[in-house]
Amino acid sequence: MIESIVSYGLAVGAVYAMIGITYNVMFSASRVFSFTSGMLGMLGGVLGALFITRLGLPVVVGLGLVLAGGAAIGVVTEFVAVRPVLKSLEQHLYVLSTLAFALMVQQVVAIKFGTDAQPFPRLLPIGPGLLDQQFWLPMLACAATIAGLEFLYRRTLVGRAFVAIAEDSYAARALGLPEQGLRVASFALAGIIGMLAGFTGAEMLLAFFGNQPILNFYGFVPVALGGMGSNRGAVAGGLALGLFQQAANFLVGGIFAAVAVFVVFIAVLLLRPEGLAGVATSRRV
Amino acid sequence: MAVADPPIATHVARAGRHARFEIALPWLVLAVAGLGLPLLDDSYVGVIAQRACIYWILVAGLNLVVGFAGQIAIGWVALLTVGAYTTAVLTAGTVTAEWNPYLALAASGLGGAVFGGFVGLPALRLRTFYFAMTTLGFATIVTQVALAWKSVTGGGVGTPGPVFPWPFEPGWGFYYFCFGLAALATWMTANIAASRFGRALVAIRDADVAAEAAGIAKPRLLMTVFLFSGALAGIAGGLFSSLQSYITPDAFTFDLSVLFFIAILIGGRGSILGPLLGTIILTVLPEIAAPMVAWSTFLYAALLLVIVLVVPGGIADLLDYRNRRPLKQHREIAPRPELLPQLLGEHRDDAELALSEIKLNFGGVRAIDGLSLEIRSGEVHGLIGPNGSGKTTALNVISGYYAPSSGEATLNGIRLPFKAPHTRAGYGIARTFQTPRLIGGASVIDNVMIGASNDGECSFVESLIALPRHRRDEARIRAAAMRALETVGLDQLAAVRADRLQHSELRFMEIARALMLRPKFLLLDEPAAGLSAEEISRLGALIKAISRAGTGVLLVEHHADLIFDISDRVTVLNLGKVLAAGTPAEIRAHREVITAYLGA
Repeated sequence: MIESIVSYGLAVGAVYAMIGITYNVMFSASRVFSFTSGMLGMLGGVLGALFITRLGLPVVVGLGLVLAGGAAIGVVTEFVAVRPVLKSLEQHLYVLSTLAFALMVQQVVAIKFGTDAQPFPRLLPIGPGLLDQQFWLPMLACAATIAGLEFLYRRTLVGRAFVAIAEDSYAARALGLPEQGLRVASFALAGIIGMLAGFTGAEMLLAFFGNQPILNFYGFVPVALGGMGSNRGAVAGGLALGLFQQAANFLVGGIFAAVAVFVVFIAVLLLRPEGLAGVATSRRV
Repeated sequence: MAVADPPIATHVARAGRHARFEIALPWLVLAVAGLGLPLLDDSYVGVIAQRACIYWILVAGLNLVVGFAGQIAIGWVALLTVGAYTTAVLTAGTVTAEWNPYLALAASGLGGAVFGGFVGLPALRLRTFYFAMTTLGFATIVTQVALAWKSVTGGGVGTPGPVFPWPFEPGWGFYYFCFGLAALATWMTANIAASRFGRALVAIRDADVAAEAAGIAKPRLLMTVFLFSGALAGIAGGLFSSLQSYITPDAFTFDLSVLFFIAILIGGRGSILGPLLGTIILTVLPEIAAPMVAWSTFLYAALLLVIVLVVPGGIADLLDYRNRRPLKQHREIAPRPELLPQLLGEHRDDAELALSEIKLNFGGVRAIDGLSLEIRSGEVHGLIGPNGSGKTTALNVISGYYAPSSGEATLNGIRLPFKAPHTRAGYGIARTFQTPRLIGGASVIDNVMIGASNDGECSFVESLIALPRHRRDEARIRAAAMRALETVGLDQLAAVRADRLQHSELRFMEIARALMLRPKFLLLDEPAAGLSAEEISRLGALIKAISRAGTGVLLVEHHADLIFDISDRVTVLNLGKVLAAGTPAEIRAHREVITAYLGA
């Protein structure tokens, strides 16, 4: 039992962590928390099943199309739901615009793809068992995402520009960095990461339009725990959440698991609003 | 009390009667339509009407959270679920003894209040997205629990809802029950909206810094509203379970949450009639456009996006034609300082507000370096210095926004707590801001009445049901606000939306708001910035008169002439330290001040 808690918990946790990173990548470039994060995770599974199972495309082509779709929808999100409201004085409008956009996409999926959870194709002939691909694929994807982002942010010029925008967008613009272009690029990047999370996790979570709110919430919990903008915090928080959830599922049942996660989430928000590892920064007057 | 010019008074009274009729008309139409609906004798219409009433009971409460307090509560369907299951499970008699449905409905209200308060907790500390996410997470979890807790909720199979016995049995009896409760919810939320609590909620939404300065204790007020809103949602849920006659988790999709939310946004924030019309339209619309039902959520979402991007003000803004009538050009602000004694009271005790040895760092920058300062009743104390010398920071320390690393602030020897700006109003310390903090969508007089948010005897519950004390408070606060506006010379603009005012008028409006506290001390942060020479001299006379009426004034300014004209004492700051302090004449002659600041 302990093995299945660990393998399943870490795998689900890796998906949560990647959705958390999706939130972070968009947040860093725009100061916007976008409800499209869970939508991307949901779409990764649904589009994967659509391309590979229904259309019969090879796995590699299917993955490529899903990731390209993620980038495209990230760009669309930026243009439709983020750019127009950033100009507005009331900054919080992004909460509603991104939610509305995500709901529209979700409804199109529900109507065109169906409201039933559908199985996701097996990608590699490895398994079954505790070392089944459905468990290590999300973990591998998560590790690759983190490694890729670290390389991007530390070693490349574009990545440093991302960091500069996240640190102080006014100063970055004053230096002549193309803030809008970088924001669009980061939304495309977030689209790819979110879709990858959904694609690799879909064998466990299935291709299901209803995964959107679940991923939205459980993907945000690691961000709240680890501090917004912190990818390492998101990974640590995501894996911890996955393990806790599975352990509670096995040991005391799903109701307790759901309620306990929610109570912890509220307690952390109240006691450490900046996250367990974050630093408080705000100046209002 | 009555010294106001008679022409203004009668003008206001006539406009008031006309306006009152304009406001009452749509409500009368709705009441007649609602009461007369059974005459149609169409049970299909009856079911839709019941649903609209039930939704509105929830939306009415949610409206205070979303439309007034500006908190993005998107998962409110979860409270409907909690209420529905509470009533259904208690009356089913499978888990407990069989409850009377009316009692079970009351229990639903209680349950809704408890959960509403719980979900609201994060909103007390964090803004917007976190609260939105909490409510979304709560909705997700409630559905999961309803599915998994089979022994109580029946899981995916569901559980039957109750039938209410006499006098509100199914059919038109139940309709009148829902309609009556909906009318009650409307009345109660309208009472709150028109009370100091409602104004405080709007202040939290649009100008939370000013709300704190007026002494509004945000956590307490928000929690009260979450409890009330949760109770209404719980009761709506109980009624919903009876209307559905059988409930499963599928009945509480996220679509409903979106519907509730958009009803408020379409209707317009800060309005009650608007969201009510929004609720009716959104409930009836799918019935008319039957082929579109599959796409209804998509359309709601699209509507939400369009509203957010195109008309953030909603219907209420589009209908607000009175505020599109042109204002008089070339308005003049004519303060009447002679009214101050009436506003502030005649007999005032002497007091002293002091800073001693304050030190404050921002990161590596020492913003204030050992500042000591006394302000006394009846004096204007000028605080000048170059940019970045720590003037505004000092003011923010006094008004409790910043906590210094050492030193203390005292009022008559009593230490003032730091990082607690909402406590300052209670000590009689009022302030204005460098950038006026206004509630743009509210009238000028409402903006001023914010200043008296803590100056009322009646409680939230008394306001809810409009007991006499509530009406007395309101009349008294409104009269005082009108007096304050006459004093600063803005009484002609009392009914105008604040965001239509000129910059200079907003500065005077902020002073009127601060005067509502009848402050012992008034802290003014660059009140003359952006004013014309003529306006500055009137402002000077007003400030001088305020101090002579017994209030101690701290005046942070760049206009050296104004400072030297009206100050009794002047302190000059440079790099966070006192460069010089003394009478205006002494400062003018001070060699270092001349080189550092005034120029030769």
